[in-house]
Amino acid sequence: MRPLPKWADLVLVPLISLTLAALVAALVILSIGESPWFALTTMVKGSLMTASGWGHTLFYTTSFIFTGLAVTVAFHAGLFNIGGEGQAQLGGLGVALACLYIPWPHWTLALLGATIAAAAFGAAWIAIPAWLQAKRGSHIVITTIMFNYIAASLLMFMLVDVLRPIGSQDPSSARFPPEAALPRFNQIPGLDLLFPRTVPVNVTLFLALAAAALIWLLLWHSRTGFRIRAFGKSEGAARYAGIGAVKTTMVALLISGALAGLMSVNNVMGDAGRLLGNSAAGAGFIGIAVALMGRNHPLGVVLAAFLFGFIFQGGSELGFMTSIPIEMRVVIQGLVILFTGALDMMVRMGLERVFVRLPQAKAA
Amino acid sequence: MTTGNTGPAPGGPGGLNPPAFGQASGPGGLTPPASAHGQPAIELRGISKSFGAVRANEDISFSVPKGTIHGIIGENGAGKSTLMSILYGFYRADQGEILIHGLPTALPDSQAAIRAGIGMVFQHFKLVQNFTVLENIILGAEDGPLLGRSLRRARDSLTALAREYELDVDPDALVEDLSVGHQQRVEILKALYRNADILILDEPTGVLTPAEADHLFRILRGLRDQGKTILLITHKLREIMETTDNVSVMRRGRLVGSVRTSETSPAALAELMVGRKVLLETGKAPARPGPVLLSAELLTLRDEHKVERLKSVSLDLRAGEILGIAGVAGNGQSELLSILGGMTRPGEKVTGRLTLGGHDLPLTGRGSDGKSRREAGIGHVPEDRHHAGLILDFTAWENTALGYDDDPAYQRGLLTDNQAIRDDTRRKMQVWDIRPPIHTLAAKSFSGGNQQKLVIAREFEQDPAILLIGQPTRGVDIGAIEFIHKQIIALRDQGKAILLISVELDEIMSLSDRIAVMFDGRIIGIRDPATTSESEIGCLMAGIAPTAEAS
Repeated sequence: MRPLPKWADLVLVPLISLTLAALVAALVILSIGESPWFALTTMVKGSLMTASGWGHTLFYTTSFIFTGLAVTVAFHAGLFNIGGEGQAQLGGLGVALACLYIPWPHWTLALLGATIAAAAFGAAWIAIPAWLQAKRGSHIVITTIMFNYIAASLLMFMLVDVLRPIGSQDPSSARFPPEAALPRFNQIPGLDLLFPRTVPVNVTLFLALAAAALIWLLLWHSRTGFRIRAFGKSEGAARYAGIGAVKTTMVALLISGALAGLMSVNNVMGDAGRLLGNSAAGAGFIGIAVALMGRNHPLGVVLAAFLFGFIFQGGSELGFMTSIPIEMRVVIQGLVILFTGALDMMVRMGLERVFVRLPQAKAA
Repeated sequence: MTTGNTGPAPGGPGGLNPPAFGQASGPGGLTPPASAHGQPAIELRGISKSFGAVRANEDISFSVPKGTIHGIIGENGAGKSTLMSILYGFYRADQGEILIHGLPTALPDSQAAIRAGIGMVFQHFKLVQNFTVLENIILGAEDGPLLGRSLRRARDSLTALAREYELDVDPDALVEDLSVGHQQRVEILKALYRNADILILDEPTGVLTPAEADHLFRILRGLRDQGKTILLITHKLREIMETTDNVSVMRRGRLVGSVRTSETSPAALAELMVGRKVLLETGKAPARPGPVLLSAELLTLRDEHKVERLKSVSLDLRAGEILGIAGVAGNGQSELLSILGGMTRPGEKVTGRLTLGGHDLPLTGRGSDGKSRREAGIGHVPEDRHHAGLILDFTAWENTALGYDDDPAYQRGLLTDNQAIRDDTRRKMQVWDIRPPIHTLAAKSFSGGNQQKLVIAREFEQDPAILLIGQPTRGVDIGAIEFIHKQIIALRDQGKAILLISVELDEIMSLSDRIAVMFDGRIIGIRDPATTSESEIGCLMAGIAPTAEAS
């Protein structure tokens, strides 16, 4: 089979997959007696037609960029980090500790400190699974998912027994001081014209976009990235080239964990202003789908993160505005993952057949 | 040569063939080898097959008389495998007709090919390692849900086949315990059990010792004499000359000639294959060996199961010589290469001593990896370019930096200078005539010969004092072989020390200045190619050491 032209591979295949996912989702909505068209318009209105909708969509996008990049970096090393959820929660703990216990004079410094803390905690949380993978060959999928449960328990312990302010009934930390609050888009001069009312999206979006650019540089323009990709593609060739398996595994996974941890800057520091239980809210898992759909390329990850941000926000809107349950967004997410990930080859092979015939038709 | 007519294929009533088959072959009478009386077993008429823009087979027509061995020879990428895949129902021809025993036959899948009496023995065996021979033979041809009856039937026919064709294999042995030669017999038995009367063998001798290969050819001749038709695909001219009745030569998807083997010569065949005159001999000057550069003492390697794969191997490698290591694959050559090249796996234990120019090289831990070996001046063309020498999914230019990503010429500050690597790749492609000269093409898109040139260009141009070369011409076409051999000799003449490992005895014989033969993890003899013979080396490869050497 001849490979598809690049544009078809990058644009057409995901577009067709998404359409198929939307069609099946429409059937599901029909089957529960609702109107798919109404559902779609509600989703679009609720996420892309209002300032508040955009504010939420972009907020989710920010988180998904980080977790998507986390999966991407590990994937290029041939490793599947599905512990983004736990690493993000630990990142949140790092953010909370940095914001609560260090008196920051200004949000820019607080952002720097929280970024370092989030990355360090996220990386620390994957360090043990990474070490077990590199040294003992314990499968990273098993260990990282186990660490998700440990992270949830650890966080609950920290919130209930350590960080909970005296007298509070709520398993959450105290509020961060105002110096540690990140500017939301409605507080940034210029952007406040677009976002008149309070929105969750904040300066962390720029941090996410910068991270995407840095990861692109890392993977395709640095020795470290070259080694990560070489190791991921061919362990034999990596050994031949003298690329150390232990070191490469550790480096790739620590970067991955750090990226997952960074998402907490967005939701813990940028929005909630305190540490809550279950702060990652599934973004760690959505990162897998985002990376899958974004073809493990930072640009693709950014676009896919936006798509999932749209589904996430539109899905909540469905729950608010219609009698369609909010769980519908899980169904839609599932279908998108199914069609863009698992059934990708189906679409691709169909298209390849079409493309093989095309030039012949022209010649005839 | 027998001229006896054995009638329809033995081993079955041929119930799956239409009745016309019996009538057609009935009056056919005598079917002497190398002649085409009666219906040919296989006749191809105008077979064409394209993959996209690549025409893998173009208008191929030839016929194979029943009861003959027909060789198909051609360079890599000449379309032999595609043609055989069409015959075995893996691909469908775009155009053309296949006649089996005179009847036009559609072969949409391999089941249809089996029904038509075609059996295939692949280069890479398709056996279940932890099944017994019998279980492998009935796999996919069971008579019913319970295996007892199938197994009994298979056992009976196996005994019969073993008697008839020298195909002895223990039916209850596990395949993983069998030697490669025996595994191949199981493949042949599988085909015969399915009543194949046309047998296709794809490069069958690549993994065999010379003695095993001789045995295989005896079996094939026996099968032919019983009326079976055999298609032998190979790139070894000698096998064609010794075994076949007729031979078809393919070049670039076309059939460039079909001749009787008795009426041709290796030189004529090689010329047909390549399209120009080929030097089968490497004209090389005598070696002028210098001082010992690399010295190995009692190298021993235990794998993760604590099995000794390499047993106390000692050797000296001198500047300006080619030391050839002969041996059947799997006798420790790969392990030797992996120690020297710094490719041992984490679970493997290496002991012994390795010195380069008088300095010790670490065998384990820090400084024993591929990168350190390169820094010490050891270049390495690995045996397996698909899983070590190249990253197939990477572009040609990315592969140029494999192992040399630390090269200062490839850096620009903190980042890599991809442009510099690309320029370097473009230059290498030009110097080494790598085709197509597109540096952004993925390594997997190059032919075997050009892939090997990518590796060789990278390693040779680093100007290492010592060069390890494993299987330099495996899967490489004749034209490129000639080129690669010349380059290896040129490097030797520049005073480099070259360690050559190859399973091709011809290659070892023609290139080496000294030949070490490995068997069962040891070097069991070192010979001078000027005074030894292929048969002596062949005996050593089979582990038969002359008594003088035994101590």
